[in-house]
Amino acid sequence: MASRERLEAQIDQWRSYVQRHRAIAPADVDEMEDHLRGRVDDLTATGLDDDEAFLVAVRRMGNLDAVSHEFAREHSERLWKQLVLVPDGPPQESAPAWRELAVVLALAVGAGIAVKVALAAFDTDSALLRNVPLMTAPFLAAYFVWKRRVAWRVVAALLVPYALLAVVLNVYPYVDTGSTVVLAAIHAPVVLWALVGVVYVGGRWRDQDPRMDFARFTGELVVYVTLLAIGGGVLLGLTAATLSLVGVDIEPAMESWIMPFAVPGAVVVGAWLVEAKQDVVENIAPVLTRVFTPLTTVMLLVTLVVLLGAGGLADVERELLILMDAILVLVLCLLLYSVSARDSLARPGWFDGLQLVLVASALAVDAVALTAMLTRIAEFGFSPNKVAALGLNLLLLVHLARSGLLLLDFLRDRRPFGALVRWQTRFLPVYAVWALVVVVTFGPVFGFA
Amino acid sequence: MRFDKDLVAASATPLVLGILAEGESYGYAILKRVTELSGGRMQWTDGMLYPLLHRLERLGLVVATWGTSEAGRRRKHYALTAAGRDALVERQEQWTVVADVLHQVWRSAQQAAQATQPLQPMARPAVAEGWA
Repeated sequence: MASRERLEAQIDQWRSYVQRHRAIAPADVDEMEDHLRGRVDDLTATGLDDDEAFLVAVRRMGNLDAVSHEFAREHSERLWKQLVLVPDGPPQESAPAWRELAVVLALAVGAGIAVKVALAAFDTDSALLRNVPLMTAPFLAAYFVWKRRVAWRVVAALLVPYALLAVVLNVYPYVDTGSTVVLAAIHAPVVLWALVGVVYVGGRWRDQDPRMDFARFTGELVVYVTLLAIGGGVLLGLTAATLSLVGVDIEPAMESWIMPFAVPGAVVVGAWLVEAKQDVVENIAPVLTRVFTPLTTVMLLVTLVVLLGAGGLADVERELLILMDAILVLVLCLLLYSVSARDSLARPGWFDGLQLVLVASALAVDAVALTAMLTRIAEFGFSPNKVAALGLNLLLLVHLARSGLLLLDFLRDRRPFGALVRWQTRFLPVYAVWALVVVVTFGPVFGFA
Repeated sequence: MRFDKDLVAASATPLVLGILAEGESYGYAILKRVTELSGGRMQWTDGMLYPLLHRLERLGLVVATWGTSEAGRRRKHYALTAAGRDALVERQEQWTVVADVLHQVWRSAQQAAQATQPLQPMARPAVAEGWA
C-alpha cells in the first residue's frame, strides 16, 4: 500500500521536525506520535484518505512553537537549555552577538576600574573586603538589566537596599580588628547576590521557577569562573616565569593591575558565558554531582566515625562549627545543583537514594558537632562568631532535614519530586534575610567589636 | 465555538482531572472524551494537552505509566492520585460557586431587562405627549 508508506514517511518527517524543538523530549514525541496516529486512524475510519487525515491531524496538534513553549514553561530544566531561544512571551529580535560582547567587555572593564578605584580609596584591608563586592555587583546586575530589559522601576526599587547596604557597611564604626566587621564583610555578598538574583529573574522574584534558574545560573557561574581562574592562573604563571628569566618581576603589576581587573572581569565574563553557552555546561552539571555526591558521602561518614571516636568533644576548637557550616553548605550546594539538573518527572532512582544517604550523613555529622558546640557555648557564652555560625547552622539544618524528609517521601512514592524542588526555591531567600540580619544588627548588638 | 484562551486554561485542569476520575486514560482518549462530553463544541489544540498532563504529574495529581497500545505503540497512561482526587473535589467546589454566581447574575440581568422593557413604551409617549 503506497499511501500507507507515504504516511509512515510523513510521520517520520513530522517526528524529526518535532524533535528539533529542544523543550520537547524524545519521550514526549513518542507520546505525541501515538496521539497523531490515533487521530489519523479515526479520521481514515470516517472516510478521509491517509494524506488528508495526516494533514488534519497535524493541524489539530496545533502550532508546534506554541506547544514547545508550553513544554518549556512546564519543564524549566529544559527551558534552561533554551532560555536564549525562548524568551518570555513571543520571540523577539535579539541583539547582534558583537554588541553583546561589547557590552560584556565594557562592563568587565568597568568593574575592574571600580575595584581599582576602591583600592585607591580605601587603605585598610577590612574596608577593601567590605567594598569590593559592593563595587562589582552593580556591573553584573547591569548586564542582566541590559540582557533581560529589566523594567526601570525594578532597578530603582533595588537601588534603595543597595544604597542602604553600602551605607551600613561604611558608616558603622567597626573596630578594624574585631570579628563583627569580618562577619559583615562575609555576609554582605550574600545579600548582594540576592539583589543580583532579583535582576536576573527580571523582577519576578516571587515566582518559584525563575528562582531555580538563578540557582542553576549560580552553580554554572561557579564552574565557569573556576575554569577561567585555572586558565588565567596557568597563563599568568607561564608569563611570570618567562619574564623572570630576563629579570622582569611581574608581581607588582599583578597586585596593582592584573588582579583588580581579572577577578571582577572573570565574574562578568563568566556570567555572559553561562548565558550564551548554557547547554555546554548543562552536560557537566549532572556529571559533577554524580561524581561528588558519593565522594562527599564517604568523606562525611569518615568524619562522623572520627568525631565519635575522638571522645571529649567538649574541648574541640571553635573552628569546628565554622567547618561544619562549610561542609553543610557544600552538601546543600550538591543537593541543590543536582535537584536543579534533574528531570522532575523521572522515577526515583539509585542516585536519589544516594542523595538521601548524603543528606542523612551530613545531618548526623552536624548533630554530633552541634551538641559539642552547644555545651561549649553554655560554658563560655556567646560571641558574634558563634552566634553567626550557629544561626547559619540552624538554617542549614532545617533546610537539609526537610529536604531529607521530602526525598524520603519521593523515594517511597508518597510525594512528587516537585515538592522537593519547591522546598529548595522557597527556602533560598531565608539565607539572604539571615545575611542581612547579620550585616545590619550584629555590629550594633556586639558593640562593633 | 471559539473559547477564550484563559477560559480554556482555567477549565482544562478540572476537566482532565474529572475525566481521569472516571478511570485511567491516555492523551488522545482524554481529548476524545472532551469532544464527546461537549458534543464537539469544545475543541482543544491537541498538543497543548501534554504540557498540562505533565504539569499535573509534576504536582503529583496524576501518575503516568508507559504501556503499549493495541497496535503495539508506546503509550503513556495517566491515573488520578489521592492528591488529584482532593484537588478535583476542591476545584469542583470552586467551579460550582462560579457557575452558581454566573447563573444568578444572568437571571437577575434577564429579569431586569424584562422589567424595564414594558416601561419604555410607556415612558416615551409620556414625554412625547408633554411636547405635543
